[in-house]
Amino acid sequence: MKSALGELIDESVTIIREVAAEFERPVLLFSGGKDSVVMLHLAARAFAPARIPFPVMHIDTGHNFPEVIEFRDRCVAEMGVQLIVGSVQASIDAGKVADATGPRASRNTLQTVTLLDSIAEHRFDAVFGGARRDEERARAKERVYSHRDSFGQWDPKNQRPELWGIYNGRHKPDEHFRVFPLSNWTELDIWTFIAEFKIDLPTIYYAHKRPVFKRDNMWMAITEFLRADDGAPVQEMMVRFRTVGDATCTAAIESSASTVADILAETAVSRVTERGATRADDRMSEAGMEDRKRTGYF
Amino acid sequence: MKRLRFATVGSVDDGKSTLIGRLLYDSKSIFEDQLEHIEAVSKRRGDDYVDLSLLTDGLRAEREQGITIDVAYRYFATPKRSFIIADCPGHIQYTRNMITGASNVDLAIVLVDARTGVVEQTRRHSLLVSLLGVPHLVICVNKMDLVGYDQRRFDEIRTEFEEFASRLELQDVTFLPISALAGDNVVARSNNMDWFEGPTLLHHLENVYTASDLNRIDVRFPVQYVIRPQRAEYPDYRGYAGRVAGGVLRVGDDVMVLPSGLTTTITGIDSPLGPRESAEPGEAVTLLLADDLSITRGDMICRPNNRPRASQELEAMLCWMDDAAPLQPGKIYSIKHTTRLARAKVNQVMYRLNISNLHRETNVNGLAMNEIGRVTLHTTTPLFFDDYHQNRVTGCFILVDEATGQTAAAGMLLSPRT
Repeated sequence: MKSALGELIDESVTIIREVAAEFERPVLLFSGGKDSVVMLHLAARAFAPARIPFPVMHIDTGHNFPEVIEFRDRCVAEMGVQLIVGSVQASIDAGKVADATGPRASRNTLQTVTLLDSIAEHRFDAVFGGARRDEERARAKERVYSHRDSFGQWDPKNQRPELWGIYNGRHKPDEHFRVFPLSNWTELDIWTFIAEFKIDLPTIYYAHKRPVFKRDNMWMAITEFLRADDGAPVQEMMVRFRTVGDATCTAAIESSASTVADILAETAVSRVTERGATRADDRMSEAGMEDRKRTGYF
Repeated sequence: MKRLRFATVGSVDDGKSTLIGRLLYDSKSIFEDQLEHIEAVSKRRGDDYVDLSLLTDGLRAEREQGITIDVAYRYFATPKRSFIIADCPGHIQYTRNMITGASNVDLAIVLVDARTGVVEQTRRHSLLVSLLGVPHLVICVNKMDLVGYDQRRFDEIRTEFEEFASRLELQDVTFLPISALAGDNVVARSNNMDWFEGPTLLHHLENVYTASDLNRIDVRFPVQYVIRPQRAEYPDYRGYAGRVAGGVLRVGDDVMVLPSGLTTTITGIDSPLGPRESAEPGEAVTLLLADDLSITRGDMICRPNNRPRASQELEAMLCWMDDAAPLQPGKIYSIKHTTRLARAKVNQVMYRLNISNLHRETNVNGLAMNEIGRVTLHTTTPLFFDDYHQNRVTGCFILVDEATGQTAAAGMLLSPRT
């Protein structure tokens, strides 16, 4: 079988195998979001008929959509991979971070501490992430093999050259690498893969009715973790999620796209990037993502 | 049509960002929120116009200094083809980042300002494109609007470039007169240059033929990973996974495994999308073989009558990339070549190449950051390789500093000088 995505699949599979061959303790970050689902399917295909030779890990803010957590557990059971959960709530309980407070509280940035602690605890030396370069301008600059020092920091001004298809994963014992096999995929490529291989996703990616309110021109979902802002009217609307993250900072978009074909059509003509449409965290500053990545964020 | 990866090389002053902005904008690949963002930033900084370089200069330091420091990747598609742009810095101090971006592209665009013509930077960029063996080069003579769309000026620059380029190994060079700012010959044909009969830049990018750029003759398959399922359903499965570096492999082919020199037959080819009858260059597959040989990562599978060279004594062009430590002949580095890891020493720097005027400077005893030279090396184990010009995948390597882990150099293997 041939696919229009053939070259991208070949590149991603090669990267995943290279990490499995060269690192001692890789792990794949798996949130149940579409990019990590595609990455997990590629990993399965990279080693078939053997099983994926590393576990997956989810950094759980405790504020996730229940549909996504249910999907996550079902997906790893079907794939036969081990799931490790790093809990932001546990980091809060242990006094390592203080829970965010106030009307716009989000645990999004707290995840960095839990992520780095979990990497250290399990001594992971390579951490697969599903980030794509088309998502955001700082990510557009990042290498496939992205070095992290002993503080988990990214140094964007001093990245190792990365030539041809040769990757340099040499590191000191307390350092690690973030590896991005989907670097060259676009949002449309991801949906093309999902359509072509009939990949199952959490239901919230497809249009459904849900109570929402408007904040900063984005539709936020009412959940047990998020109440409507004072004075903001709550409406029942047909919406879907273009990205899936922490429920307190991920917005829905108004949409009636209820099938993969509908979403492909919608994505092809979309005039707004997925993060621009749905992520409160990226709107903070001109270099919000770069600043978070420097301290060890995904 | 195969996805096209291309590099744009140059500095902001050449109009590189304007050109990329124009390609993205005219192909409707700039999103509203991105445009709003750069409009807001430009306005806040008090710029007279929207600064399109903000689209690709994504790092804080780049925005502060107004220069490109590292490669940025951008993606766009037309109904005919999908594109990956590696937007590379042009300044000499970021040469290593330019090489990173240009190392695996199909095509490079070098911008020339029509007013100034071929300058030192044009020569340096063209030399690097030639050294890296980028198969297609486009010289965009930009800012034609500022020289009155004058055909004579375009022809002069073309002649000037061709004189210089005769000393390089460039396979396919296309010259285009454009104005990125005014939009002439970028996406739409120019009404101002009736004398030019060639294609627009986008038309050229959509149609440039790249399928023959890969080596489809010499079978090379570096073994990357051995797949042995510890599962009851597959008691005897043993597959050799890797990416085809050259040639076409078919079920039934006789193959030889290096370094053992043993021969066997391909009985099956698995791929991420299921079983296959053949595998082509660039494809990630798993080979199943008739005999149970001892094969590990770093071995090379080829045809018995068409083998790569095997040697511990190598000659290469080396681009030095470590700013913390210059090349020291005699020092031990790690060398990564295909899937093989070994250790290497540089014996001798035969000459250093002056990348501005192509002069060969002899009597040098090392290479500093961003310097390029021809060297001889000695490795702990034999490498299985081809001349870089025959096969970019089996002809390239990197040196890694064992103390710091830095990627110290990029190398291109060449036939020894006789």
